[in-house]
Order: sequence, then structure tokens, then C-alpha cells
Amino acid sequence: MNNAIDIRGITKKYGSLTALDNVTFSVPEGMMLGLIGPDGAGKTTLYRILTTLLSPDAGTATVAGLDTVKDYKGIRAEIGYMPERFSLYQDLTVNENLHFFASLFGVKVEDNYDLIAPIFHQLSKFPNRRAGALSGGMKQKLALGCALIHRPKVLLLDEPTTGVDAVSRSEFWDMLATLKEKGITILVSTSYMDEAQRCERIALIDKGRILDVNTPEKLVEGLGEHIYNVSAEKMYPLLEALRSLPEVKNCYTFGATLHIATESGFHPADAIRRLSDMGLTDVKIYPANGDIEDLFIKLAGNGE
Amino acid sequence: MSIFVSMIRKETLHLLRDFRTITVVLIMPLVLLLLFGFAISTEVNDVKVVAVVERHTDDTRQLLEKFRVNSYFTFKGTVPFNEVEPLLRAGKADAALVLKYDGDRLCHQIIVDASNTNTAQTSTAYIEGVLRGDSEMPVITNTLYNPQLKSAYNFVPGIMGMIFILICAMMTSVSIVSEKETGSMDLLLVSPVRPRTIIFGKLVPYFLLSCIILVLMLLLSYTVLGLPFSSSVFNVIWVTILYILLALSLGLLISTLVDNQVAALLVSGVLLMLPVIMLSGMIFPIDNMPVVLQWFSGVIPARWYISAMRTLMIQQLPVSYVLTEITVLAGMAFAVMMLAIGKFNAKH
Repeated sequence: MNNAIDIRGITKKYGSLTALDNVTFSVPEGMMLGLIGPDGAGKTTLYRILTTLLSPDAGTATVAGLDTVKDYKGIRAEIGYMPERFSLYQDLTVNENLHFFASLFGVKVEDNYDLIAPIFHQLSKFPNRRAGALSGGMKQKLALGCALIHRPKVLLLDEPTTGVDAVSRSEFWDMLATLKEKGITILVSTSYMDEAQRCERIALIDKGRILDVNTPEKLVEGLGEHIYNVSAEKMYPLLEALRSLPEVKNCYTFGATLHIATESGFHPADAIRRLSDMGLTDVKIYPANGDIEDLFIKLAGNGE
Repeated sequence: MSIFVSMIRKETLHLLRDFRTITVVLIMPLVLLLLFGFAISTEVNDVKVVAVVERHTDDTRQLLEKFRVNSYFTFKGTVPFNEVEPLLRAGKADAALVLKYDGDRLCHQIIVDASNTNTAQTSTAYIEGVLRGDSEMPVITNTLYNPQLKSAYNFVPGIMGMIFILICAMMTSVSIVSEKETGSMDLLLVSPVRPRTIIFGKLVPYFLLSCIILVLMLLLSYTVLGLPFSSSVFNVIWVTILYILLALSLGLLISTLVDNQVAALLVSGVLLMLPVIMLSGMIFPIDNMPVVLQWFSGVIPARWYISAMRTLMIQQLPVSYVLTEITVLAGMAFAVMMLAIGKFNAKH
């Protein structure tokens, strides 16, 4: 299988700040790969390099088999890009935006309408509404439609679900799954860890470095740690008490409870007794299934 | 539909949907033209004159009669010398003419309220003119090209110089920079469209808008303001188009240098508008400036444009008289356009 995106040793610096540090990974054709990392991890910089808007200081990258620096003109016809911010024309209508972006690529909206029809069935009810007057979820669908109108081989989505409600987010991921079935390679970034589970493969990025690339399941298996859920009546003293225990390697809030990552010699019953001795009441400790978020915290912690 | 046409169509839609801006842009030049043409004038009318006459003779009576009938003056009568100052202070008189006899010879003294130097100089000149008319050797003044000394003639080229910088440079730079701000410029650059298609797609609508404004301004100038109409209007049009191209390139250059709309407004406002008003010769004559400022005015496009317009519109001389101006404008347009396109193409 060929790689639709191939990134080799990309480094980019802004002055003294290293935005990307020797980034290497690839995305095989037809795969949906999630680029997961917190804000400021370097995700947008990587997108700007892959979309040829920015040149790397070192390393090379190819998209659809074309070099991002030498063949930048060729790449532009093969990719669909959706930037983090809504970047369509707010004062143009839904249809005007769509037709304008189609004409930029020298295609007609009708040519590829089958591809965007599932996305567009809601938008097609108000073709003459100005893009600026659409809801967040609708704007995002329009932006995706405009990015797909020329039937790109590779879809580059930079945090497409930021600022969108939960229902629209879920719908959006359903659409991405449909597009993947049609053979489009997708690189999608997000800072929502729960969305990561919906990708075939995940690249974890933090502070400009790729921490790991694997399937969500393999990544969680490779966590190699014992994760427990802990709760007590008073949560904040609990957090401090847990951090004082020698077997607890890491402790952080996770939803309404705390997660702890522990050494193998950790005994929950023993820990409950010691915590009760410290004056904590109603302490519960039970094993938890670690997920991407636990992994991320572990990997990011190791780098410090 | 070709890419270029759809770029222009999109830009035109932006313009038409921004109703307030388009109204201001179309109305403002006309209002400015009418305002400077009629309301604001550097002519001095209605100079209030009092006279102090030591001894009435036929000569003094004849002289005062001249002031009475002259439409530039309002003759307020004769007063004793000690009342002159209170009248000037109260603003009831602008100037006083003192007539004395030194033996048999009639002597004149002009006392003038110089709190406004422009009015004072002009009214002194008027009074001297009336007095000189009495001398043995009359001076015949022949004011060529603008026989009635209408200030509209002076302001029309200046306003045109200002308006096109404002519309072309300011609006183009703001429109390009706003695409950078919203991120849509990235989408354009990521598409297979060539940068020069993007640039010209942005410039052409503003060029057409400027041409519409040019037609409106010329219509108003030749009808309402009564500028002399002749075949030189063709020269006026093509030199103006050259100037519009220069202003568009300046706007493009500004948009490559700044990255938000406020900065674009400030740069085009402060760097372009102020020098155009102060140093282009529109209001203050360049010859009266300190030498350093005269050199500096050489880099201001409006200076050359306004100078060419005075020659072509008011004097109605053929193009051969403004070859220097045209060469400078064309050179500037070419240099700025090349610089702007070069900077725009460079990857950020």
C-alpha cells in the first residue's frame, strides 16, 4: 500500500521556539489518521507545511506522492484543506461559496455533488442564506463541502470540530467515516481525546514531537500501567494524599473521579487503609480501563 | 466560468453587499468636490473698509468713490483716527485707509487686521490695487487659464489626487488584508489558482469602481463646476488611469506588509493620505516649502499627478508639457507593482 502522506524528519522553528521537532510518520492511502495533541503542540504548523503554505526548515514531506516544496503546485489540486477557523466568505451565500470554490479548482458543483450530497442534504434547504448566518455545525458542513468539491485524494482537516456542539461533532465523524469508505485519505487533528477512538490510527503529538503512532487499541494496550479510578468524599485532599503515596506514579482528574497510574506492587485495599488513616472518608479505588487520555498524560509526562 | 471571472464576480459581490462602504465611496468624492468647489474658497470677498480723511479734496472723494463701487469692498464710511482701532478690534472693519496730505502730495496708509494673515494679505493687495489704479502708469494684469481665479479650478485636481489614493490604496489593502485575517486567503493560496490571478481578481473590481468614480467626478467638474471642456479630457482620463494603477499597486504593497485591517487603515491613512494633503501642492504650494520637504514631496505620487492635472485640465496644454510627470508616475507604478507582486508571491 502506498503512503498518501509521508513525513520525514520535518523541523520548523519560529525564532527560538521549535514548533515541529524532527516529525516523522506516514498515512497509508485510504486511511483516517488522527493527529491528537493539546493546543500549541504544532498541529497547525504541520498542516501549513502539508498544504504548502509554509516551508519546513529541515526534512521533507510528500502528499499524494508529490513533494510539498518542489511540487507545491501539483499538490494543490490533490488536497482538500479545512483550516481550524471558519474561513469561507461570510457575506456570500451557501451556494455562492460552493460555486466559487468549485470554480477555483476548475470543476462544476454538479460534477462531484454525489460526494458531498450526504453532507449537504441539510444545507440544501437554505441555499441562499449567507454563510455568516449559519450555525456552527452548518458552517462546518459547508466548509467540508467546499474542501471536497474537487474530489481531493487527501483531506486535511485541522481541528474541524472545535467549537461545535456534541451532536454535530458526532455527525461530522460519521461523515468522515463515509468519506473514508470512498477511498479518501484523511488526516484529522483534534484536541478532544474522545474523538481519537474513532480514528483508525492515531499520532500523538506534543510540543512539536511525535510521541507515538498506532491504532487506538494498541496504544491503550501499550499503556503498560495499572490505572485505577479513585474517589472520596473530599476530592482535593484526596489528590494531595494520593500524590504523596510512593507507588502512585501519576494522579490527575478524570471526569468526576481521579485516575492514578501505579507501580505493579500497588494494592487497592492497602491504599484505602492508608488514605483513611490520613483522615479521608468514603475512599473507593477500583480498576479502570485506561484510554487515550491516560496514555497521553503518561507520554507527555515522560518528556518533561 | 473561468477562475478569473469568478474571482471578479466574488469580489463584486463583497463590494455590493457592503452597502455602507459603497455608498460612502460613491458619495464622498462628489461631496468633497462640491464642498471645495463652492463652499470652501480661498477668495476674499466683502472686505469692510473704513477711511480716515484728514482733509477732503476732489482726489480723496474720487478715491473713496472707487471703494464704494468695488464689489470686493464694503465701504463703511469715514471715521476719526482714534476710532479705527476700536472698530478693528470689534471686527466691524477689516481694514482702514488713512489719507493724509504731506504738503500737496496725497499719502496713503493701510491699517489692516492681520489676525488672519491670508485675508489680511489679500485685502491689502486689493486696496493697493485700487490705489495703484490711480497712478500714472497703470499695470494691466492678465490672469491666464483661470481668469476669474475660481478656487474650484485649483481644488479639482487635488481632490482627484486624494480620492484615488483613498479608494484604490486603502480599500484594496483592507480587502486583501481582511482575507488574510479570516483565513480565506489561505484557502485561495492552497487552491491551484496562481497568485497573480488572485491579485488581479482583487484589483480589477476596484479599478472598475475607480473608473466609475472618475466618470462621476469629471461630469461634475465639467458641468456644475464649469471647468473648461476640450479634447484634453482624453489626456486627463488616461493619465488618471495611470495614477489609479499606481494607487492600486500601493494598496497591494501595503497589504503584503501588514497583517490586520487596522494596520492597513493606519498605514494607508497616515503614510498616504497625510502627505497627499500636506505635501502634494494641493493646499500648500510646493515652492514655498523648505527644500528638504520639497525633495520629500518628489516621492509622493499625488504631487506629480496633481501637477499634471493642472496642466491638462486647467491650462489644457498637450501631453508634451507633462512628460516628466507621466514618466515619474509610470516609473513609480511599474516599480511598486513589481515589488508588490514579488512580495505577494514570496511564501510566508
